[in-house]
Amino acid sequence: MSSNKKYWKSEAELNPNDSIVESLRQNEFVQEIPVDEFLGDKDTLASTSTNRRDFLKYVGFSTAAASLAACEGPVIKSIPYVVKPDNIIPGVANYYATTIADGYDFASVLVKTREGRPIKIENNVDAKVGGSANARVHASVLTMYDSTRLQGPYFNGEPVEWSSVDAAVKSKLNSLKGTSKKIALLTQTYASPSTDRLIAEFKEAYGNVDHVTYDAISEDAALTAFEAKYGERALADYDFEKAELIVSFAADFLGDWQGGGYDSGYSKGRIPKNGKMSRHVQFEANMSLSGANADKRVPLTPAQQKVALAYFYGKLSGSSVRAGNLPESAKAALDSVAAQVLKNKENAVVVSGIDDVNAQAVVLEINEFLGSKAFDATAPKYVRQGNKAALKSLLADMKAGRVGALLMDGVNPAYTLPNAAEFVEALQGVDLTLAFSQNMTDTTEAVQYVGASNHYLESWGDAQFKKGYYSLMQPTIKQLFDTRQFQTALLKWMDKEESYYDYIRQTWNQGVLNGGDWNQALHDGVYAIENAASVEGVATDTSVEAVSISSALASLSAATAEGMELVLYPKTGMGDGQQAGNPWLQEFPDPLTRVSWDNYVTVSKADAAELGLVNDHSSDGGLNGSYVTLTVDGVDLHNVPVIIQPGQAPGSVGLAFGYGKEVGMKSEMQTGVNAYRLYKDLNATQNVSLEKTSGKHQFACVQLHRTLMGRGDIIKETTLEIFNTKDVKEWNAGPVVSLDHKEVPATSVDLWDSFDRSIGHHFNLSIDLNACTGCGACVIACHAENNVPVVGKSEVRKSRDMHWLRIDRYYSSEETFADDIAKKEGFSGLFGDNGSLGGFGQLEDPAANPQVVFQPVMCQHCNHAPCETVCPVAATSHGRQGQNQMAYNRCVGTRYCANNCPYKVRRFNWFLYSDNDEFDYHMNNDLGKMVINPDVTVRSRGVMEKCSMCIQKTQKTILDAKRDGRTVKDGEFQTACSSACSNGAMVFGDVNDKESEVAQLKESDRMYHLLEYIGTRPNVFYHVKVRNTEEA
Amino acid sequence: MKKVPYRNLISKVLGVSLIGLMLISNSLVAQDAAEVTTGQGDPAKGRQLFNQDCAACHSLTRKMTGPPLAGVGEKYERDWLYKWIRNSSALINSGDPDAIKIYNEYNQAMMTPFPMYSDQDIDDILAYTDAPPAEPKAAAGGAAAPAASGGAGSGISNELVLGALIAILGLLIIMLLLVNTTLRRIAEASGVSLEKEKEEKGMPIWKAFAKNQFLVLVFTIFMLLTGAYFAYGWMMQVGVDKGYAPIQPIHYSHKIHAGDNEIECKYCHSSARVSKNAGIPSLNLCMNCHENINEYTGRPEGPSQEDLAMGYTNEFYTGEIKKLYKAVGWDEDERRYTGETQPVEWVRVHNLPDFAYFNHSQHVSVAGIECQTCHGPVEEMEIMEQYAPLTMGWCIDCHRQTDVKVEGNAYYEKIHAELSEKYGVEKLTAAQMGGLECAKCHY
Repeated sequence: MSSNKKYWKSEAELNPNDSIVESLRQNEFVQEIPVDEFLGDKDTLASTSTNRRDFLKYVGFSTAAASLAACEGPVIKSIPYVVKPDNIIPGVANYYATTIADGYDFASVLVKTREGRPIKIENNVDAKVGGSANARVHASVLTMYDSTRLQGPYFNGEPVEWSSVDAAVKSKLNSLKGTSKKIALLTQTYASPSTDRLIAEFKEAYGNVDHVTYDAISEDAALTAFEAKYGERALADYDFEKAELIVSFAADFLGDWQGGGYDSGYSKGRIPKNGKMSRHVQFEANMSLSGANADKRVPLTPAQQKVALAYFYGKLSGSSVRAGNLPESAKAALDSVAAQVLKNKENAVVVSGIDDVNAQAVVLEINEFLGSKAFDATAPKYVRQGNKAALKSLLADMKAGRVGALLMDGVNPAYTLPNAAEFVEALQGVDLTLAFSQNMTDTTEAVQYVGASNHYLESWGDAQFKKGYYSLMQPTIKQLFDTRQFQTALLKWMDKEESYYDYIRQTWNQGVLNGGDWNQALHDGVYAIENAASVEGVATDTSVEAVSISSALASLSAATAEGMELVLYPKTGMGDGQQAGNPWLQEFPDPLTRVSWDNYVTVSKADAAELGLVNDHSSDGGLNGSYVTLTVDGVDLHNVPVIIQPGQAPGSVGLAFGYGKEVGMKSEMQTGVNAYRLYKDLNATQNVSLEKTSGKHQFACVQLHRTLMGRGDIIKETTLEIFNTKDVKEWNAGPVVSLDHKEVPATSVDLWDSFDRSIGHHFNLSIDLNACTGCGACVIACHAENNVPVVGKSEVRKSRDMHWLRIDRYYSSEETFADDIAKKEGFSGLFGDNGSLGGFGQLEDPAANPQVVFQPVMCQHCNHAPCETVCPVAATSHGRQGQNQMAYNRCVGTRYCANNCPYKVRRFNWFLYSDNDEFDYHMNNDLGKMVINPDVTVRSRGVMEKCSMCIQKTQKTILDAKRDGRTVKDGEFQTACSSACSNGAMVFGDVNDKESEVAQLKESDRMYHLLEYIGTRPNVFYHVKVRNTEEA
Repeated sequence: MKKVPYRNLISKVLGVSLIGLMLISNSLVAQDAAEVTTGQGDPAKGRQLFNQDCAACHSLTRKMTGPPLAGVGEKYERDWLYKWIRNSSALINSGDPDAIKIYNEYNQAMMTPFPMYSDQDIDDILAYTDAPPAEPKAAAGGAAAPAASGGAGSGISNELVLGALIAILGLLIIMLLLVNTTLRRIAEASGVSLEKEKEEKGMPIWKAFAKNQFLVLVFTIFMLLTGAYFAYGWMMQVGVDKGYAPIQPIHYSHKIHAGDNEIECKYCHSSARVSKNAGIPSLNLCMNCHENINEYTGRPEGPSQEDLAMGYTNEFYTGEIKKLYKAVGWDEDERRYTGETQPVEWVRVHNLPDFAYFNHSQHVSVAGIECQTCHGPVEEMEIMEQYAPLTMGWCIDCHRQTDVKVEGNAYYEKIHAELSEKYGVEKLTAAQMGGLECAKCHY
């Protein structure tokens, strides 16, 4: 039985009296187009200085001028290499394996370069750990081409030469030798064997050196708990593919929890195979990606989570722990989950994102107790190493004047520290302050020396993400500016002649390779040691006391909160905010709120009502929200816009890090508010008070845009039980019509003569709603591959966003199907108590805790495409290989196609986005243009564009096969989105190749087409979402 | 920057004929200088051997891989030379000071031994190197100056002829007018009234025409159609740069390289095999040959009159090679790279718009199409020009007419068998294979 739940995209839709929702559903434009206003006013028309004759003159002149100008083509110069590098062939892409390790994102990636320019990031499929790039990593290539990057070193705000920086730093460091003042290094997490060795040698060379690692978003609690238990400062690793039951206490492991990168394993376990799939229960406050994907989600405030975890532990261990003020429903859920966990034992795993050492210690204990297969403490992860205590003592030392030199790299404490002002003041007490950075930041403003730092694509480096799993970073382009990486500078300051490359090779030859081949490792980008557990751990010089479980439990179960609790979180697109200047990430709509270009405080519907906070829609469909002032321990954050977030635990609010940066940013990128200011003691949960202030914030939200005209059956969803036991007709019934008084499948009736597609390739894209976590990597990959322009906040607000691929998010009611159906079938007439007009609104309020579905939607490449028939100039037509083709040079911009597209995937170029300083993002400057893919046209103003199913990639694959004189193997055909999807949610290929994965996926029972009853015969198909609702 | 070499046909004809005249007289003089023999050897045979075996590394007058050979027979003992040429390494190993000196001077590059040479052979070569017979080079050099003046002369005569023609035309008009007035006077004198006759004829023809609405309509339609026809024709050539032959910073002659020397196109444009770009060769590729070819010696028969008319003398070409050296940073005397390079800014001849995707390797490697099919007889082009219109219609015509080359290509086996059966043809054209779909070239 397919679900008959009412799906809704915004809780405004549930308001039956909202005229906007209705008019959006019916009309393309909510407002009347103000033609009368303009033409009807005689006075205005008469008073204009341009009369008819003048107008005609202008028209005549410009036409003549344009045609004259067109006669003479421009002279195009072409400059070949003087000496061509052997491996570069103009027009052919080269791929290099490298690694991003910017302190927040760690991943092994492949970099596509054209004529020596990196233009795209791909997943490194050879990597067993960290081989999947998230949206930020995909976007990182554009960060290199940021026109605001530092182009050389600075001293007190003036550009200087590196040699003078070297001289000054060296003499200062030498003068500090043997004195009581110490040298401090404040750096990001490197997880790099070579950098660790280098810093150790630096310590030896200068003595009295203090190295403090600082993560902007701290995982100190988890690190400390792990260290206390296992003696190494690291993070336990989890393989969610092996877990049949996943219980998460506020761990957004599909997001950036403990460094992230867990989604591909998770997704593999979520695809029902042989009637089995994993079950996922989530207890959390903010609606996170993990919560959105969970089979059961229980909203709890942070304090309740702690109590719940203690209670849960008690249930597992059989001891009695008091449940405190937990709501009954939560208690019941915990009881049921605990029973399930005990049943599943080693097949279950428990994770926690509660920012508390006790909670983390309890979770480690639980997994040990269960003997969880998915839990790995023997080969832990090193991607977070920040140390709160060390940072605190460094700050104290700085204030006391005990620090002679402070060298910083990869950190921006003047922005990310809650007590940034204190830090900046303490800098005054340090004789030498230096920061390495790619951009001007709050920190570089406050220090004496600024070292212009390399982007990772210009650097050498290495990393050990997980014990025994190494990866290498190699430059894919020469430094664009006079920049230097921190490690090179350290080598210089230690008077070493060797380059950092030589240094890495030394490290690897001594400690990593063990006879392995360097060139092979560099080629692969990764190197794994078979017996990872035997590798010596990373030495830590701190000592942590063991955490006693009983006292931990006592403290957890005693947790209470006064007033509202604030949960600070990293947003999928922005992370810790390092790449806030990246226009792709700014324009990336948040998977859940679908808001771009902003952060905001998420409030539950109940709390919003109490505080009088509203979200409403203006007549053009734009979303507005109230402002509040947040106060944490005397620190105010003013004018924070509000989003009413379904699923937000009442009594809690959420706010994302990474926004509100101002220094060194283009004015367009200065969005949102700085949540770090409320990050007191680097703790993600805070007691907060909210106060409504006047005014409305205008969001750039793609939420209510492109309503599907009230047509249902977009998402098909069922439960594992029904999926396993019932016939496919019950849970994935295709539409039927009456033909000759018999019910036949709607797709068997056709007005069209079908084209024979059995010959040659026929491309299809499969999207599995079970495997899609909504991470958005595909959205950015599509941006990069297809030169999709960034249009800016005000244009997005006008629903002129250009994303070729969007990930729709639908909320649903959690109520049982039976209840919903009973209610719906009870409707009689339009009005009255059982009237269908108000009936849907009267369904129990789903905003309290909805279920969530993500659905990536791009051009469906319909075989019977509605857009093709209405184009007056035949600019869009169909190819034999299944692709709906768009010839930009033929398009005259009538937009009929977009109006006739049932999926609303066509995008219109309202402006010339390239070479236009009104759109100061990246396509208007030479540097930003370097990221453009030369195989795809940069579209101009006035044309329609849309997903091409990456025809440039399929054509290249075909050409390669032709040139080699062979057939195309399965898996060779890829689109940008399918190759970016490490979750296996998107599979692309040729369905005429019956052996191919996509052809087999098309035969699956779960397969359905979007809006199948319209008969468009799309070449993109979806797989019914199955939820594992089996309770113990 | 389009170069249109012959704007005026007359000047071309005149110029060529003038140069032709002068050349004939010059070459007559040059031929008398030949056939002077010296020593025991036969310089004619020697020249043949020299070109066959020595010219790769030696020039007569310049340092190349080996020393210049002019006068070498007088510089060294004949016996020493016999030994050196047959086996120079033995001579060096024996510790001969002269041999070691040369060996070191030329970067210790060992000379290829020629043990098969007889004494007579060596004598022949030395006879040639000591007194090489004059080549028609002198004639070519001599011709350059008159050619230039001839060009200028043709310009002047051109103006003169035109002026004379105009004068004659003016004279004729004046004469006609005079005759007319005279006749009129005679008529008046004899009392014939011209005006009356005119009036009796009735309406003037244009008035009659204007009154006939049908005729006016037909005429208007005709004029509009003609106008539209020409306007369409004119507009269709906008942006079509067929014949575009820009002046390049270095005068690179495809005629000499691909024509005279029969260098394969893809030796220089190697990326055409694997890439969408055929690519302009990098300068280091030029130096594969031009490290040793530092001057242009021309064809055996000397430059043609046409070349000379354009100023394409041997010196001119040699000058262009020097430009290459300057760009690539090659010090000819020291025979090393200085590292100071000046990348050449070529003017692109073939320009496709951004929205059209064209891949050379598809056409060159997969379809096996000759370069000349689209680029024309490049091997005859002194200045590279755009041969094909590069319009979409031109692409499509070819796709409609050209069969897909499927032989021996496993990729095509299945699809060709199925599709040709479907269309009922023996061989599929590129169009039938899908080569007319919009997004095969526009994405």
